[in-house]
Amino acid sequence: MTRPVKPVHLAAHFPGVNNTTVWSDPRAGSHIEFGSFAHFARTAERAKFDFLFLAEGLRLREQHGKIYDLDVVGRPDTFTILAAIAAVTDHLGVAGTINSTFNEPYEVARQFASLDHLSGGRAAWNVVTSWDAFTGENFRRGGFLPQSQRYERARTFLHTTWQLFDSWHGGEIAADKASGEFLADPDAGRFRHHDAHFDIEGHFDVPRSPQGRPVIFQAGDSEEGREFAAADADAIFSRHSTLTAGQDFYADAKRRLAKYGRSADELLILPAATFVLADTDAQAAELAHDVRLQQVSGPTAIALLEQLWNRDLSGYDPDGPLPEIDPVLGENTTARGRASVRMHRDPMATAREWRARAAAKNLSIRELIIEVTGRQSFVGSPATIAATINDYVQADASDGYILVPHITPGGLDEFADKVVPLLQERGVFRVDYTGTTLREHLGLPPRREAHPAAARPAARARTTADGTRAAS
Amino acid sequence: MTGPESGRLHLAVALDGAGWHPAAWREPDARPAELLSASYWTDLVIEAERGGLDFVTFEDGLSLQSADPQRRDGRTDQVRGRLDAVLIAARVAPLTRHIGLVPTVVVTHTEPFHLSKAIATLDWVSSGRAGVRVRVSARPDEAAHFGRRELPAGPDARADLFAEAADYVEVLRRLWDSWEDDAEIRDVATGRFIDRDKLHYIDFSGRWFSVRGPSITPRSPQGQPVVAALAHATVPYRLVAGSADVGFVTPHDRAQARDIVAEIRRLQGSAGRTAQPVHVFGDLLVWLDRERGRAAERKARLDELAGAEYHSDALSFAGTPAELADLLQDWQQAGLTGFRLRPATIPHDLAQITRALVPELRHRSSFPEKYAVSTLRGLLGLVRPVSRYASAS
Ligand SMILES: Cc1cc2nc3c(=O)[nH]c(=O)nc-3n(C[C@H](O)[C@H](O)[C@H](O)COP(=O)(O)O)c2cc1C
Repeated sequence: MTRPVKPVHLAAHFPGVNNTTVWSDPRAGSHIEFGSFAHFARTAERAKFDFLFLAEGLRLREQHGKIYDLDVVGRPDTFTILAAIAAVTDHLGVAGTINSTFNEPYEVARQFASLDHLSGGRAAWNVVTSWDAFTGENFRRGGFLPQSQRYERARTFLHTTWQLFDSWHGGEIAADKASGEFLADPDAGRFRHHDAHFDIEGHFDVPRSPQGRPVIFQAGDSEEGREFAAADADAIFSRHSTLTAGQDFYADAKRRLAKYGRSADELLILPAATFVLADTDAQAAELAHDVRLQQVSGPTAIALLEQLWNRDLSGYDPDGPLPEIDPVLGENTTARGRASVRMHRDPMATAREWRARAAAKNLSIRELIIEVTGRQSFVGSPATIAATINDYVQADASDGYILVPHITPGGLDEFADKVVPLLQERGVFRVDYTGTTLREHLGLPPRREAHPAAARPAARARTTADGTRAAS
Repeated sequence: MTGPESGRLHLAVALDGAGWHPAAWREPDARPAELLSASYWTDLVIEAERGGLDFVTFEDGLSLQSADPQRRDGRTDQVRGRLDAVLIAARVAPLTRHIGLVPTVVVTHTEPFHLSKAIATLDWVSSGRAGVRVRVSARPDEAAHFGRRELPAGPDARADLFAEAADYVEVLRRLWDSWEDDAEIRDVATGRFIDRDKLHYIDFSGRWFSVRGPSITPRSPQGQPVVAALAHATVPYRLVAGSADVGFVTPHDRAQARDIVAEIRRLQGSAGRTAQPVHVFGDLLVWLDRERGRAAERKARLDELAGAEYHSDALSFAGTPAELADLLQDWQQAGLTGFRLRPATIPHDLAQITRALVPELRHRSSFPEKYAVSTLRGLLGLVRPVSRYASAS
């Protein structure tokens, strides 16, 4: 094969509020103190990673109507922590998950524009659409948005923020002390946007930031989610980290681009990936099993089973056999605030499959859950992991990975020290940062102004969202 | 009773652009092209910390700065454009160690749930130095940026905005208490990371919003970050008295200062907060030079450059650091517990505060020699409260 070698992109996901994160390990530190974030970010930057990534959930998860207590609980505000992380790093991108349902475009645009200024052009926004009424109980409007409109709102929300970002073009700030002209354009920041979701106009108050717009990520897996990404995102944070599922997803996502007049290099596919690293492959395999035992305690095994069964199974022994009773079908009332329960699309079929598997291999509940949940993406020696990651990228299973270590904050240290140098030796990963902005780290072509309404206006005319021209 | 411990006075600096005078950005030492950079704000806060100040505030709004209280003024000869104040504070936090960080936030168009976790996070990243200054917005242009609500109209309009702000602060405070301090247990035996009995739904329900809780952010180092508000009349004094830890007020002489303090203390009583220490800080716009007459000259020169005399809600003081120290001590006798100084120009007047006024006050034993505690509540003499939800046991 003679096609050019693809560069590998790597990013670091701060360990989150899932059972992947092992809080019980003696090495596990605070999930909220700034020292943990600073350590994690500095490791990622030392390893020359593209960016640090933060997930978000706007309501604490519940199971059986009670706050879920088995995983890490609690996290910081996304914008605030990313601004602080920007203070202790120089190159690392700072990517935050921000919801398009329980926010308003003007505020989010000024937060991202500010973050981009304060980080010197390193901001990225993972646009997520969680719309549920359960989360809505924490916000002014409650659960106002039907599921069917989640991406419609996300799309128009995103386009509206683009109008706001693009309402300053750069160069408006003259700051000429001698003449007394501060602003070169008296109408800088002007915007108007009117549609079914947003009816807003005025002047945006944050001048153009280094990247102009933050890099856009998308993470939903539905058909609508994929189309949204194909139309508007710079990168997809996917859950398809295996070789074949990755290749299928990759081909699917890149195929969708043509419809939007975009080329394959305009959308990166970056799956979430976990890893277990040891000196030899055999040691890593053994360690991987120990990690799984830490990730799936007895109570966690029962809780995860309940999420599929959609009923109380607290009377079952995690070291005993699977329940004879069947899952409760219909709306999942067991677990709330958790996107993963929607992944169980046919609980009865999955339950049958799990029972068959447990019977065939004589597995207890806990052993089964260890097998069927939370696959570890990369297990092996540094050489094995470096080779596998590179092979997957070259085989178009991804453009790189967003690594999710299982220990906070040191879970990335060994990867940085042992795997990254091997990828650098292969010439597929940067030895040092060559650009200053996140867009440059990602090798993304300069962003075309995809939204016609936001195209740079000639002279002093502006265009509204529906394409009509408005003189000003 | 209702004022915190007496003796020393407290000092804060209000940071805004290149200084509060509209022509400040044209001064030779101003850095008007850097107002959107992290290093500009870091330098200012480090200077303030060098002077041992209790805290800095960061001005903010949800529209371009405007000399017109109702609408955009379209001016091109003054600083326009700015960054989100909470993010500036967070960006500066890891690079400073002692000084309090108090961003301004508009409550009228924002979500109390989001702001609560933002300020709690600012408290985490600053190890206990976060505050927030809440403000309402009656500006039609800001409402149009959100398109979500008609602003209240009629005779009660202002009172409604402030009543909503009081509800907002109540939600902030409940969310900050919604995790007890020892909620994280990491009990390996039972597999539980938290003791969920120590997390609490806040179930706030009011005229403008209801919020279920708990916060997604654990209780922060101060427990309750400091809440401040600027107030010029009875309605906002009520917000200060009923909800805040620090009020910024704008008396123009000592007698007014005494009257305002008395009114706030009275309102504190009606709000049932007599036992709560509430600071009342006088806001002053300051022009400072050691050489007599210099400050007034600078003021005249910049007013001329701006084309009009600058009028501010706060008294404009032009004089020597020693004269300002006299005034501060005098007004302190009227019951003010501290001052928030608005430097007319930056960096000049900021450096005069930290390098001339502070040493003068120290010389008079009115200001501490160095930082003695590590949290903003501590600097202000406020205890760290236990969560309101903690079961008495
Ligand atoms: C890998 C991955 C990570 C996600 N992370 C978050 C997150 O941090 N916060 C959130 O609210 N939703 C998150 N989501 C949910 C989606 O972004 C999306 O908003 C939701 O699943 C509904 O869209 P869908 O139906 O297209 O999946 C994530 C989804 C995926 C696939």
